[in-house]
Amino acid sequence: MNLYEYMGKEIFKKYGIPVPDGYVVSDINEIRPYQYPVAVKSQILSGKRGKSGGIKFAKSQEDLKEAAKTLLGTTINGLKVNKLLIERMINIKKELYLSITLDRSSKGPLLMASPDGGMDIESVPDSRIIKIKIDPLMGYSDYISREVSEFLGLSGSLKSQLGTLIGLLYNAFKKEDSLLMEINPLIIDSSDNIIAGDSKVIIDDSSLYRHKQYIFPDPEKTELENESASKSFTFIEMDGDIGVIANGAGLTMATLDALTLHKLRPRNFLDLGGTDSTDIVEDAFSFVLRADPKIFFVNIFGGVTKADTVANGIVAAKNKFNIKQKIVVRLSGVHEDEGRRILMDNGIDAYSNMNDAINELVKLNGGN
Amino acid sequence: MGVIKMVLITKNTRVIVQGMTGHQGAFHSGEMIKFGTNVVAGVSPGKSGGTVNGIKIYETVMDTLELMPEASMLAVPAPFVRDAAFEAIDNGLKLIYILAEHVPVHDTMEIVAEANRKGVTVIGPNSPGITVPGEAKIGIMPNHIFRKGDVAIASRSGTLTYEIVKAVTDAGFGESTVIGLGGDPIVGLTFLDVIKMYNEDKNTKRIVLVGEIGGSEEERAARYVKENVKKPVVGYITGRSAPPGKRMGHAGAIIERGTGTAESKIKAFMDAGINVADYPDDIPKLLK
Repeated sequence: MNLYEYMGKEIFKKYGIPVPDGYVVSDINEIRPYQYPVAVKSQILSGKRGKSGGIKFAKSQEDLKEAAKTLLGTTINGLKVNKLLIERMINIKKELYLSITLDRSSKGPLLMASPDGGMDIESVPDSRIIKIKIDPLMGYSDYISREVSEFLGLSGSLKSQLGTLIGLLYNAFKKEDSLLMEINPLIIDSSDNIIAGDSKVIIDDSSLYRHKQYIFPDPEKTELENESASKSFTFIEMDGDIGVIANGAGLTMATLDALTLHKLRPRNFLDLGGTDSTDIVEDAFSFVLRADPKIFFVNIFGGVTKADTVANGIVAAKNKFNIKQKIVVRLSGVHEDEGRRILMDNGIDAYSNMNDAINELVKLNGGN
Repeated sequence: MGVIKMVLITKNTRVIVQGMTGHQGAFHSGEMIKFGTNVVAGVSPGKSGGTVNGIKIYETVMDTLELMPEASMLAVPAPFVRDAAFEAIDNGLKLIYILAEHVPVHDTMEIVAEANRKGVTVIGPNSPGITVPGEAKIGIMPNHIFRKGDVAIASRSGTLTYEIVKAVTDAGFGESTVIGLGGDPIVGLTFLDVIKMYNEDKNTKRIVLVGEIGGSEEERAARYVKENVKKPVVGYITGRSAPPGKRMGHAGAIIERGTGTAESKIKAFMDAGINVADYPDDIPKLLK
């Protein structure tokens, strides 16, 4: 789950990391008397927000109302602006970069810091970034901050502030089951205080059962995708016209790949997962049907998910939803003969080989 | 540890199942026993005393130690995986297989770090397990698709692995070992670990690597193949058609900021002399 800047900063505040004074509005009437100047920051999950006009500055309440009127409700980089973070301006002396992320290859947290803050870290040369792997069982210890401060050339109060801050950030990263906590820029202000100027926080979806406060509709997902979040299957929309239902993430991906190699365009990814329930198959059909595909393609390798269960689900869905589109089915594995018989009795062809099924789809698609 | 062969398990390996009284644990331990696995005990806190599939259920892993267990299958739900894994590691087991999907990544990190310290092998999470035809299996792969042979397979998927095993078997080949590494961003055994084992395993003559988008483990394994492996290797990568930023079902299968793409992995495979199949069904043709 990607969190908005203001949510990330709420986490920072909770763990004691300094953030600028500010408040969030979703309506122009929520603007209140404040100390100016302020920054007005659109809350969208997109980088390059500033370059796209998503951040404005205001010297007075009138200025702020004007800026809020322009920003609220507009679409920036394809994302609707529903909230603004209004923050007191900081006198910036220097901008640093600091993050802790999950490093797949070392299988643990990775701390990164750079003196070149305020820009995309991908564009900063490696020689200007210090990377320190943190052992997940040893956790954070002060020597890590001393290494970072030395690299960044910080001393005295700045060095001790940074040391405290890195310890707090690691604590937040671990306790909140985070996959990324990035502060860019990490600001040194004109009075030599270190403050988190921005936040980019990702929480591990698998941990949300112990962090329910972060469950909210993902604005980067479509309405149907968000609606499917409570289902046992995984549903992702794409822009083609072949409705796909398969079982297992790998087999579903392989199905989309095979269609694409045959110049067929999948409408969606739907992994049924391991199930032995016709109701779930029916439910899966109802989702793909709402995406209005031209043809359905069901690709099943029976194991825990038995081929005859899926066949019964297909027949039930076809009758219940009065599906007019052609349904091409490939069944293999546990109870495939029984499954194929059920489908044939109901006028649906079922193949045992994936390539044969795809050839049929190519034929059907060409004839359309 | 002397009884454990090059590729992790034999029919003599003494296996316990943590969470054996649950739906998954009861069904799959039964299938494992039919396949020849030496299941010696089940562990289910609060449900000890009875039997499942004729195997006695114990309260703790410690209670099973008189049976000298070597490996554990964790058939417990994701929120209980960390505790069950630490229990197995702390009691000296040397191989831990984690079935569950949606294990929090921070839990996996700690399990894998602790396992590394103690010299314990972890398979998974979110994995179908390991199968050695003619010997044993720990996991959930369907029994009927296997035939003993000389093809070793490593994969990040479940169902797709079965699909490929069946295609390999139907083409007249058989399998020496099949390992599902798991679809999560962090897992215990990786392609690199497994390719090293397959390269040294006398029963393996050919190797199949089934990778997918996300991470860079396929690229690392490819470098090792290029420098060290003389056995023929066939590869397949899923997710060519996946749009960036979308998790394709597996938590680990995601293209982020241009890394982990199918193109990069296919190129790494080809550079290493690995024959890359376009479709899963084409893999047997490339195995000759």
